[in-house]
Amino acid sequence: MRARVAYAGALHEATPLDRPGGGSGVRLPGLRLADGRVLAEEEVIWLPPFEVGTVIALGLNYADHAKELAFKSQDEPLVFLKGPGTLLGHRGATRRPAEVSFMHYECELAVIIGRRAKRVARAHAMQHVAGYCIANDYAVRDYLENWYRPNLRAKNRDGATVLGPWFVDAQDVADPANLNLRTFVNGSLTQQGNTRDLIYDIPYLIEYLSSFMTLSSGDVILTGTPEGVVNVMPGDDVVCEIDGLGRLKNTIVADASFAR
Amino acid sequence: MAVLGAEIPVDVAPFRLSGTVYGTLLNHRSALAALADKFALPPYNAPPRAPILYVKPRNTLAMCGDAVEVPPSAAEAACGVEIAELEAAACLGIVIGRTACHVSEDKALDHVAGFLIVNDVSIPHSNYYRPSVRYKARDGFCPLGPKVTARARVADPDALTLRTYVDGILVQTMSTADLIRSVARLLADVTEFMTLAPGDVLAAGAAAPAPRVRAGQTVAIEADALGTLTNPIVASA
Repeated sequence: MRARVAYAGALHEATPLDRPGGGSGVRLPGLRLADGRVLAEEEVIWLPPFEVGTVIALGLNYADHAKELAFKSQDEPLVFLKGPGTLLGHRGATRRPAEVSFMHYECELAVIIGRRAKRVARAHAMQHVAGYCIANDYAVRDYLENWYRPNLRAKNRDGATVLGPWFVDAQDVADPANLNLRTFVNGSLTQQGNTRDLIYDIPYLIEYLSSFMTLSSGDVILTGTPEGVVNVMPGDDVVCEIDGLGRLKNTIVADASFAR
Repeated sequence: MAVLGAEIPVDVAPFRLSGTVYGTLLNHRSALAALADKFALPPYNAPPRAPILYVKPRNTLAMCGDAVEVPPSAAEAACGVEIAELEAAACLGIVIGRTACHVSEDKALDHVAGFLIVNDVSIPHSNYYRPSVRYKARDGFCPLGPKVTARARVADPDALTLRTYVDGILVQTMSTADLIRSVARLLADVTEFMTLAPGDVLAAGAAAPAPRVRAGQTVAIEADALGTLTNPIVASA
């Protein structure tokens, strides 16, 4: 489990640490930089926890979410791609345009490729997985158009794809096909699911994708989100949790923060 | 496979491509006109409003001279139909020189390093609602090049003619004067919601119908000032 953070003028690799609290016996979450410094999580700037290559995202990959959006299933995964400008780390801020009526988070299991994959069979697919992290893949539904869905104005906005906080090695995740996902908005549970309900599971996705596009180390597959997406507003704290991967926090901010 | 297209000559800042390539759909009058009678019908229900963009991921990037493979079998074909032909769509590629975020139309060209030719290869498809990523994201489906021509050497990016030749025969002539959104307008509208970084490429849109090519043929796209991007089409091994 490791993170990439900025602190005191440099980028660092960091590992998690339980930090003693202020004499009360409470232990606070913290981290240790590779150079030995021990810090609280709010003292550093969190970046996406690995060098991100191609970002591959799944639409409607949980049966319940597909139903929520009144979607009729198709005969192959609904895959779309994202660019690097949309990436954001833990504890970042994501802009919500004032003019929109429905912007929502999507808590997703992110599968990080560690080894080149070209025409890989399902049985060997998991050997190409380096690790996992949490993704929060925001969407602005007002901007969704019916051409080349989901169009980038809805799904590839600056700072609207949050990854982190930790890169968790594949060997430390016993069963990626049985992980609970939860999203909390201002502390209230709004979204729940389990990766066992993926319509297309991880080995299938790697087999499918690698049949036409070579996957490389650092490419990441965002496996889709379960039901329970709700509108978020400036000032909201959005926390996505996945068993064993940690808690990925994000704050929604208004146009004014970006001089818009 | 050229992973990042990093070897494509760029003799102006930022001196290298980032490897991020976006394309723009339905930004040429002919492409829009070809679909105009479908705008009001399901599943589209309305004409496009914002720029419709797509990503050509790093596995698609290729250089001048690299072979483009026609998919190997019907099993991998679109909709179970055997693929005999690919579309080779000539586009003007805008190379970003300075970070472009929320730029105005009148300042947009200040953020451009130069231009190159993009051959946006696709498996032909007729539905544009939610086309499979397989149509555009196959390995080697985005030849770029042959070099980046500095902005200062391109008199007017909105008056460039791109000519596509298949085995030496002219099959398409398209002008960037017929783009719905000009280069500057497109950059303004795109960077309203997504920042483009130095070395990123934004393909400005193709004309319709795109030329079709088969294994054994060679496609060459030529534009004044930009050079010629040549790629053989081969059957998949």
